[in-house]
Amino acid sequence: MTTRTDLVYLIALPLFSSAFLLLLGRIADKWGHFFATAISASTFGIGLYEFFAMRSRSGDSRAATQRIFEWISVGTFKVDASLLLDQLSICFVLLITGVGTLIHIYSIAYMSHDRDRRRFFAYLNLFIAAMLLLVLGDSYLNLYVGWEGVGLASYLLIGFWNERPAYATAAKKAFIANRVGDVGLSLAIMIAFTQFGSVTFSGVKDAAPHASSAALTALGAMLLLAAAGKSAQFPLQSWLGDAMAGPTPVSALIHAATMVTAGVYLITRSNFIFDASSTARLLVVIVGAITLLFGAIVGTAKDDIKKALAASTMSQIGYMILATGLGPVGYAFAIMHLLTHGFFKASMFLGAGSVMHGMNDEVNMRRYGGLGKVMPITAVTFGLGYLAIIGVPPFAGFYSKDKIIETAFNAGGVRGILLGGAALLGAAITAFYMTRVVVLTFTGQKRWADGTHPHESPSLMLIPIILLSVGSVASGFLLNKGNALVHWLAPVVNASGAEGGTELFKPIVVSALALGVVVLGVLTAVLKYRGTVPIEAPAGSPLTRFARRDLGQDDFNHRVLVLPGQAITKSLVGMDFHFVDGIVRAVGWVLSYTSASLKKVQNGYVRSYALLMTIGAIALLATIWLVTL
Amino acid sequence: MDISNYIYLSAILFVIGAIGVVVRRNAIVVFMCVELMLNAANLAFVTFSRINGDLGGQIASFFTMVVAACEVVVGLAIIVTMYRSRRSASVDDASLLQR
Repeated sequence: MTTRTDLVYLIALPLFSSAFLLLLGRIADKWGHFFATAISASTFGIGLYEFFAMRSRSGDSRAATQRIFEWISVGTFKVDASLLLDQLSICFVLLITGVGTLIHIYSIAYMSHDRDRRRFFAYLNLFIAAMLLLVLGDSYLNLYVGWEGVGLASYLLIGFWNERPAYATAAKKAFIANRVGDVGLSLAIMIAFTQFGSVTFSGVKDAAPHASSAALTALGAMLLLAAAGKSAQFPLQSWLGDAMAGPTPVSALIHAATMVTAGVYLITRSNFIFDASSTARLLVVIVGAITLLFGAIVGTAKDDIKKALAASTMSQIGYMILATGLGPVGYAFAIMHLLTHGFFKASMFLGAGSVMHGMNDEVNMRRYGGLGKVMPITAVTFGLGYLAIIGVPPFAGFYSKDKIIETAFNAGGVRGILLGGAALLGAAITAFYMTRVVVLTFTGQKRWADGTHPHESPSLMLIPIILLSVGSVASGFLLNKGNALVHWLAPVVNASGAEGGTELFKPIVVSALALGVVVLGVLTAVLKYRGTVPIEAPAGSPLTRFARRDLGQDDFNHRVLVLPGQAITKSLVGMDFHFVDGIVRAVGWVLSYTSASLKKVQNGYVRSYALLMTIGAIALLATIWLVTL
Repeated sequence: MDISNYIYLSAILFVIGAIGVVVRRNAIVVFMCVELMLNAANLAFVTFSRINGDLGGQIASFFTMVVAACEVVVGLAIIVTMYRSRRSASVDDASLLQR
């Protein structure tokens, strides 16, 4: 462990910048975006510096910590606000700040016509700060602060155009679905506190081997729930599609490259818990496998380019979650896929944004077509990202996804065949829907709406896309060269040094199988969509319609959660009205009735007062007489 | 003659006065009934003074007379003013306190 003093600037700089831009108001409108971008770039600079400093150290001294202040001190329970930068965190720091800076640059051009551009950049910086806190916190409690912070930033940015009610609703939906996951994380923290008396990663790691398996499984399940909420995994996946209401750079940064992968980070960070509980691992792989197929199937039916990409994100994160559930051997591959995915998905999202920019914000792919000729750079970069995601060698996705499929097959027995089969099927569907996106958008005849004059985007938007697509070409090869990432992460995730289980197939066979199904998927899509594409979506088979409705996720949530919830609320409101308010109203009624009756005595006639006084005097005398009798 | 008869007379006069206050409408008559009640009380004071053989009751009756004289001054002035403004000396007409 090395102690450093400059880690806090990673978080403090963007946080300060965000507050600065928000408080300064319209004065900063002219230069706020440059300021925010410069801050983001400087955090990337600090990240790079830390990375090289870490590489120059060796062994145990690579991980660095910084204690900022004592946060909570209750009796023997102490939590410091301190940061931990180890081999795992630095991957995320570089991804967040690197991709984040590119997206800042892109947004300068993309949001140039928006009158609230300064606010947008302030939120982006807030996100960077919160996300860095999430990956740098050295305890679950510190992580939780960042976890909530990114949730807030995500909410603010999805609803950035909240003058449109549908967008505001989408923001709320994302926030509420995330809250469900957050409950899981807070429960996990409570379990860790009661069982281990500590909430730091190192404290829990030391205590985990002595804990009961029930506690570990409960902890793992709660962490999985948290990951499912943040990473849009089954059964909390429904918010991601609607989250595309946010501006496209947001979709690229938060809902593709970084925030939605926080769940993968959480599980990888908690590897000591999942290594100790096979039940929790089983839950993780089930969730991952279901989500990767779920997202892929939804992706085949979406005509909205951003929603198709969102479904693809969900599916790809399913791959990562699946990999994290495969035990020590899987974590590094999950992180590798996370990094390569960060490159190619961000590049494709920015490409989609570039297309929308040229097409008057049209998102319906049936209204695209033939855009390859008018937007050559966007088309080429999007194509590189496309080759990466479907896993064509030597592009990035090939290395990372192949490893996951291979590891899934090696899980052993029926489980291995099922998981590997699901991953392989997912790869085929991925190839199909991504080919569909590319064919519908960039090739074929023009189906543009009247009055659209597509044009290539300004270079301020193209440069980030080009840089990201370079990443999506090369990152897989570089990370996989000599198992670089696996060795790099080994001290964090692979304590036992365990290698994968029995080899079901040779790696080359898995690669050949994967390539085979990918070619199959691509050919099917090309054959299906190369002809004329109707502008109005055809009715389609029941399965297509079901997939268009997101496989009924919203219907399910509505019937199973929303309606009973509303029924409970209504009955509680009724009880409040009739019972609680009833008592209060009864008291009031009795008082007002009594006073209304007594009021009649005050009639203003002197004689009646005199009579009452006489009666009163007689009654008083009678009482005295009776008492003294 | 039994001295307790004075007490009975005093009680009867008081009751007559009280009934008069309650049942009569004319303010002058009501006023006279009040005087009757006061004098019934005076009679009782004097009787008790006689029974006890001291002068306390008689002194109290002097006080009562003084108060009654003041009351007559103020009360008659009010009744006359009331009659001038409303052309009626009925106590039931003066029921404005109700509102």
